[in-house]
Amino acid sequence: MKLLYFAWLRTRTGVGEEEIERPEGVETVQDLVEWLRKRGPEFAEAFANMKVVRAAVNQTYVQLEHPLAEGDEIAFFPPVTGG
Amino acid sequence: MIRVQTEDFDVGAELAALSTDDHSIGGVTSFVGYVRDLAGSASVSAMTLEHYPGMTEKMLGDIEAEAQRRWPLAASLIIHRYGRLVPGDRIVLVACASAHRQASFEACNFLIDWLKTKAPFWKQEQTPDGPRWVDARAGDDIAARRWQPPESSS
Repeated sequence: MKLLYFAWLRTRTGVGEEEIERPEGVETVQDLVEWLRKRGPEFAEAFANMKVVRAAVNQTYVQLEHPLAEGDEIAFFPPVTGG
Repeated sequence: MIRVQTEDFDVGAELAALSTDDHSIGGVTSFVGYVRDLAGSASVSAMTLEHYPGMTEKMLGDIEAEAQRRWPLAASLIIHRYGRLVPGDRIVLVACASAHRQASFEACNFLIDWLKTKAPFWKQEQTPDGPRWVDARAGDDIAARRWQPPESSS
């Protein structure tokens, strides 16, 4: 699946976009967040407070319980500030 | 109509194009957003707007369709820029045309309120202390919430 990071999630993790195989046991967005936190201090810090992180799957806003499928595009970003 | 672009836009030409061919239009309401030179107490020398290509267009299209569903609009337009901008630059244009003014005023207000809380854009300001990501404002959420139909407010 494809992972995208925007704004300070991109600058803090140092990653804008990546392709990964769905890790064993990762069934939902929440599972993915927990898996990402274990990757290293940058990811642990970026995903420490999910109240300030929004998630989208296939370009639609989702809650953390949302199930994941192979081939999904999952994006993480802070609350939006356009306009 | 939705446009996401780096280049500037001509407000007069855009508004003229919106109503030229349709003489059922009685009025056009527009909102133009600009880059300010001050954020709180810090001076801002430039701003970089990042967005999520694909989802941006999808969300703006959804927001425009919702406005068209709620108000009798003859035409509507959202232009949003991204990339590096400096104070005084235009960021966004929202315009709604309708037979009567009330629909165009309300729909324009709705479009900018929803855009600010749903469209995936992020601002990073250049300040004397270095680059700084702009925090979302609670006031924008409150402004957006007044357009929720009562049955779906949560």
